[in-house]
Amino acid sequence: METTVVCRGVSKIYRQDTVAVPALTDIDLEIPKLDFVCLSGPSGSGKSTLLNLIGGLDAPTAGEIEVDGQRVDKMEKGALADLRLRKIGFVFQAYNLIPVLTARENVEFVMQLQGVGAEERTRKARKILKEVGIEELENRRPGELSGGQQQRVAVARAIVSEPSLVLADEPTANLDSKTAENLMQLLRHMNREHGVTFVFSTHDKLVMEFSRRLITLRDGRIVDDVRRD
Amino acid sequence: MNRLPLLIRMAWRNLWRHPPRTLLILFAFVLGVWSIVVLAAYGRGALEQQIERSIDNLTAHVQIHATGYRDDPVIDHRLPPPGPALRTALAQADVTAWAARVRVPAVVASERESAGIVLVGIEPARERGLSFIAEAVHAGRYLDADDDPGLLLGRKLAERLETGLGRRVVVMSQDANNQIADRGFRVVGIFDGSPEAMETGYVFIGRATAQQMLKLGDSVSELAVLASSRDRLDGLVMRLRAASPESDVQPWTTLEPLLVLAEELSGTILTIWYLIVFTAMSFGLVNTLLMAVFERIREFGLFQALGMPPRLILGMVLAESVILLALALTVGNLLAGATLLSLKGGIDLSAFAEGLEMFGFSPIIYPMITAADFVTANVLVFVLGVVACLYPAWRAARYAPVQAITRI
Repeated sequence: METTVVCRGVSKIYRQDTVAVPALTDIDLEIPKLDFVCLSGPSGSGKSTLLNLIGGLDAPTAGEIEVDGQRVDKMEKGALADLRLRKIGFVFQAYNLIPVLTARENVEFVMQLQGVGAEERTRKARKILKEVGIEELENRRPGELSGGQQQRVAVARAIVSEPSLVLADEPTANLDSKTAENLMQLLRHMNREHGVTFVFSTHDKLVMEFSRRLITLRDGRIVDDVRRD
Repeated sequence: MNRLPLLIRMAWRNLWRHPPRTLLILFAFVLGVWSIVVLAAYGRGALEQQIERSIDNLTAHVQIHATGYRDDPVIDHRLPPPGPALRTALAQADVTAWAARVRVPAVVASERESAGIVLVGIEPARERGLSFIAEAVHAGRYLDADDDPGLLLGRKLAERLETGLGRRVVVMSQDANNQIADRGFRVVGIFDGSPEAMETGYVFIGRATAQQMLKLGDSVSELAVLASSRDRLDGLVMRLRAASPESDVQPWTTLEPLLVLAEELSGTILTIWYLIVFTAMSFGLVNTLLMAVFERIREFGLFQALGMPPRLILGMVLAESVILLALALTVGNLLAGATLLSLKGGIDLSAFAEGLEMFGFSPIIYPMITAADFVTANVLVFVLGVVACLYPAWRAARYAPVQAITRI
């Protein structure tokens, strides 16, 4: 089976003055293409750290990370930025959107960085905004959207350029349960319809129910890895 | 290039996230640009008037003397009348006017007082349009001919000598034979001059009259030449030197070194002023941008997470300062232009006239902006402004994405 993410012996140690704080220890993990994986675990278990390392936002202290066959841990800053631009979509818990851009401009942002022409950008952005159900809000800025609507725009932006992988760090943490459920249905729909691998983190049991594979972390180690489909 | 519209759009909108803050810094910059341009125009106008007045008084653009005259301006250092070669050189299109003068130290005496002066024998027709004299006569008449028997006296000198129009004065000097030459003249005209030394230090008579009185034959002390432009004299001076190799041909920049110094000093003072104003402005600009950067650290992290290269983040913050600077320069220049237009009739400083006269300045200053001053001021503000913004922009571009995103 084709894999999107491979982690081999990945560790991350943060240094606070002279004290070493291990955030991840010896993580071995393979995530196949089109998977819909949930990272769960209590606060401080290393979920966000693992997502950040896979996304190339941070560098591991030890180990190897591959995304779509490319060694993330070996990449220079510029190559990492390019990898994130072309292969990885991000959805964060909050502060997800660029406040000075409208919903459609936010969705177009990544495509514009990629050099996609104006017409194609607008066409794709409108299509994806319709798919996430907020096409009528395309000209609103983030401050004029609810939390759920903002996350839908973020999902649309993450998915619009059809990356190999979408990483979502607690995407429902700031949403009420109904909105969270709707968002997870949307993510699962995107996973199926667009053929994108999803890895998201949560400690919300309701959200975990949507995953096809549930990986549990504790104290920086994988303590459980259950396939649910 | 595809990304440029995005950068500009985001930069513009970022600027207006906090309108009061942007307007405040914009106001400071507009004020700075306005003051730089208006002050430059004022300084340039004052200096230009000073130079023009000096040229108009008696200096002209180029002077030709006998060698040694400039060090010791006595009757012994005199020139023959211009020969054919020199006349041909003076007949070119770049010469607007020229005239021969007799110019010697002398004493003028009325029945009550006497004073040391410079006696200048002029060619009235040629002198018209070359120097101030013809237009400065406010009472009586100007000289009619080279051999006019009359004399022109400055108003202050006339007051000092307790004499006036129609009265007789005696002029004494040394003639070409080293004998005392004296002659009585009737005052036919009273002239105004500025600075005051022009009225008290110079007396004008006809050139032929002076030559006769001083037994000069057809010799003169100097030839004064007015060119079509005072800034392109090199060719003219070379030509005149070639046509009169035994003479001392000098441009006004050599004849009036203090004016040249004043011009250079003025340029330096203006540059220092630009830098002072700019430094004050740049503190505000850098502070504003740094605040804007610190407030948006998470946003910069988000940009990086989305794959925006650090150089584009740097470009976006720089674009914010470029837009701000462009706006400030546009508004500042427009306001300065309007101010200068309203001061077209001159800035009346007659309340300080006495002090200004001492330094050779006119009591009414006509502001004047040159393209060079305008471009220098604008380029300086723009370039230094962008340089000052490099630090905040660099800070914005170098945040580690994960630290920026997780920053509270």
